[in-house]
Amino acid sequence: MIALEKRPQPSRTWAWASPLLAVALTMVLSGLMFAALGKNPVEVIRTIFFDPVFSEFAWYYRPQILIKGAPLVLIAVGLSFGFRAGVWNIGAEGQYIMGAICGAGVALALYPMEARWLIFPLMVIAGALGGWAWAMIPGLLRVRFGTNEILVSLMLVYVAEQLLAAMALGAMRNPDGMGFPGSRNLAQYTSSANLDLIEGSGLHWGVVAALIAVIFAYVVLSRHLFGFHVRLAGQAPRAARFAGVSPARMILMCMGLSGALAGAAGLFEVAGPAGQISIDFNVGYGFTAIIVAFLGRLNPLGILAAGALMALTYIGGGIAQSSLGLPSAAISLLQGMLLFTLLAVDVLTHYRLRFRKRSLA
Amino acid sequence: MTEPLLSLTGLTKAYPGVVANRDVSFDIAPGEIHALLGENGAGKSTLVKTIYGLVKPDSGTMTMNGAAFAPSDPAEARRAGVAMVFQHFSLFDALTVAENIVLGMDDPPSPRAIASEVARVSELYGLPLDPARIVGDLSAGERQRVEIVRCLLQDPKLLIMDEPTSVLTPQEVKILFTTLRKLSAEGTAILYISHKLGEIEALCEAATVLRLGEVVATCDPRRTGPREMAELMVGQVLQSPVRASRPEGPILLDLRKLSAPAPHRFGTPLRDVTLQVRAGEVLGIGGVAGNGQDELVAALSGEMPVDAEMIRLDGTPIGRAGVNARRDLGLLCGPEERLGHAAAPDMTLTENAALTATTRKGMARRGFMRWPQARAFAEEVIASFDVRTPGPGNTARSLSGGNLQKFVIGREILQEPRVLVVNQPTWGVDAAAAAAIRQALLSLADDGAAIVVISQDLDELMEVSDRFCALVEGRLSASRPARGLSVHDVGLMLGGAHDMEVAHVAE
Repeated sequence: MIALEKRPQPSRTWAWASPLLAVALTMVLSGLMFAALGKNPVEVIRTIFFDPVFSEFAWYYRPQILIKGAPLVLIAVGLSFGFRAGVWNIGAEGQYIMGAICGAGVALALYPMEARWLIFPLMVIAGALGGWAWAMIPGLLRVRFGTNEILVSLMLVYVAEQLLAAMALGAMRNPDGMGFPGSRNLAQYTSSANLDLIEGSGLHWGVVAALIAVIFAYVVLSRHLFGFHVRLAGQAPRAARFAGVSPARMILMCMGLSGALAGAAGLFEVAGPAGQISIDFNVGYGFTAIIVAFLGRLNPLGILAAGALMALTYIGGGIAQSSLGLPSAAISLLQGMLLFTLLAVDVLTHYRLRFRKRSLA
Repeated sequence: MTEPLLSLTGLTKAYPGVVANRDVSFDIAPGEIHALLGENGAGKSTLVKTIYGLVKPDSGTMTMNGAAFAPSDPAEARRAGVAMVFQHFSLFDALTVAENIVLGMDDPPSPRAIASEVARVSELYGLPLDPARIVGDLSAGERQRVEIVRCLLQDPKLLIMDEPTSVLTPQEVKILFTTLRKLSAEGTAILYISHKLGEIEALCEAATVLRLGEVVATCDPRRTGPREMAELMVGQVLQSPVRASRPEGPILLDLRKLSAPAPHRFGTPLRDVTLQVRAGEVLGIGGVAGNGQDELVAALSGEMPVDAEMIRLDGTPIGRAGVNARRDLGLLCGPEERLGHAAAPDMTLTENAALTATTRKGMARRGFMRWPQARAFAEEVIASFDVRTPGPGNTARSLSGGNLQKFVIGREILQEPRVLVVNQPTWGVDAAAAAAIRQALLSLADDGAAIVVISQDLDELMEVSDRFCALVEGRLSASRPARGLSVHDVGLMLGGAHDMEVAHVAE
């Protein structure tokens, strides 16, 4: 029989090995699912995990990894602070939408002024502020009235979605768009466009921001008092209070930080890859980033790797859909399995497996 | 010689880096009250967990009533007749006594049957307990009775008790001992773990002394005195704390009608707590846990803000000041709960040093942590207070209770506080470590600090305090000089009598 024995200290080896094991297990489990769907599992796995990087069309897909990965990493880094401190912002998707709306609002209000040096930075600030403000709602409600931030932040996603639709159909609709829903194309407006810094590389300002966020988070978590308090608040709330951490302030800081980063991610997306405010602007980055944050062990460098992996499944999944006719739900299932298996193998970080014979007593 | 009930032969258990038990052998006879003695880290817990099926020994054997006994889990140990009352109670505050008892049983009878069973057992052994009461409303002694009754319902042959009296009043200890003697007379063996050697002398018929995982002595506590047993445990001659006579200094800590509502459902409100502590003075506050100790410490540490004027430090009102602002002014606290409050279990000792010492020891500059400073301070605490650990990179959880206690108390003392408030500074700590901690507190007072020691251990309070007062239901009695205070006086103060009322002693 197999028994679990608690380790005296969490294993460092397994903390890093378990995500890798989770990826491997996911490949096996999803392979079974693909086989059940009547596809060749090896081919599907190859298409999803290897084709985007190594196939003959990889020159097209590789930049896509940066484009898809950047918002995931940017949002996940912000979320990781809260998740470490025990503040559960589940509504990054809504903050992402609000960031896009606010940032785009600045550009649309100033259109067609030509002043990139002013407008683009202003958009970034507006985007971050939009996300921050949206995250402050569940934050303040939690601090003031003790509401559950998980529920409130999640419900605000749906409010934001309605607001997005209203914007795309009403206030922000393109006056020259012949009545079609959707705003002007920000990527074609030189003052607001978030284009590739190097043509065809996929490297836009959002990618730069994501990398800066990773470095910033790494430094703050390991070297700064705030990072220390974040870790303390999550691991031992009473000890954190004893160390002088105000729980209310911690909640607001973490909600605000994750909201601002999600808002910035929304802005970079709407000004570049998406190009416009449209009804279906958001594609779930805010939710997928939760998986990315945990897959990356809430560690900034881990999140970078996890974001790249998750972007890979998006792109590979897209290829598999078009070339192999895989249903899109299967890709979502694959991503869910990734989180699931990770949580399952996580046990190994804190426990060790013991195989022993059952004594006949 | 009667046939032993439980016989341990050559038990050895090694963990990475330490041998917790090395070749441990001894016997327990039926009905014997057997003491297990040893410092923290001597291997008592590992040994007891082995008997209870929580730890599997690397080598060695156990026999129970002549048959081989190797429980793979506590359920199997319980089936063989071993029951254990842990130092930390595992009860749910919000459930009733009967519900808690049912939850801890392997094959519980119906709730109706359990109530009458509980009533029967508690009457039989003189353990008054109402099955319908909510556990959150019970005193520590009553909670322990719940645990004991739960064990007794399973009709154990061997009852293991880990530090059972650390939370009890003298009266409750008396009741417990009566129960244990009755059990023993009926043939139930008891393995009794305690640091209070006076109790062991009074209760136990045999004792096994462990040191660094090995059996170093066996004795009859009734003939070997407490001092000699302590020296067997430590392996050296014990020093009693000494204190120099101190001149009376100015008032440093001044509480004026400190009142605060209960912070949570099972908390205690503070009611008009008034006290003054002078530089160079040790004030002892006695009382049974749950009478406002945690709340008083929280109010003093700044975790629970109160009105500014209620607390004055050297004349400055600080009732609204934050935790670190108070540290900056020189008011430091050591809460009772080591793991999770005074220290973060999964963080390293370096990080735990930074937990409270960041402000006073300059461990942060412009918001950035100076980890080398924190590490150096952690090393200083480890060296000065003889904390047994491979180094400051180890987690707080990996330390034994006594070692961690030395670390968290040492961390505050080495910050050179002007006022130090400690709650249960030697709770669950062995004699040598407790003596070291008390000596450090006295030396700190000699250097001119004002010290408040909150404790349930009256011997400890009498040893260190200049003045003594009692905290009962959130009210603090007037203080009296500790010297010349009799046990009777203390009993009256603890009974809640401020002036003339007679203490209510449970029959």
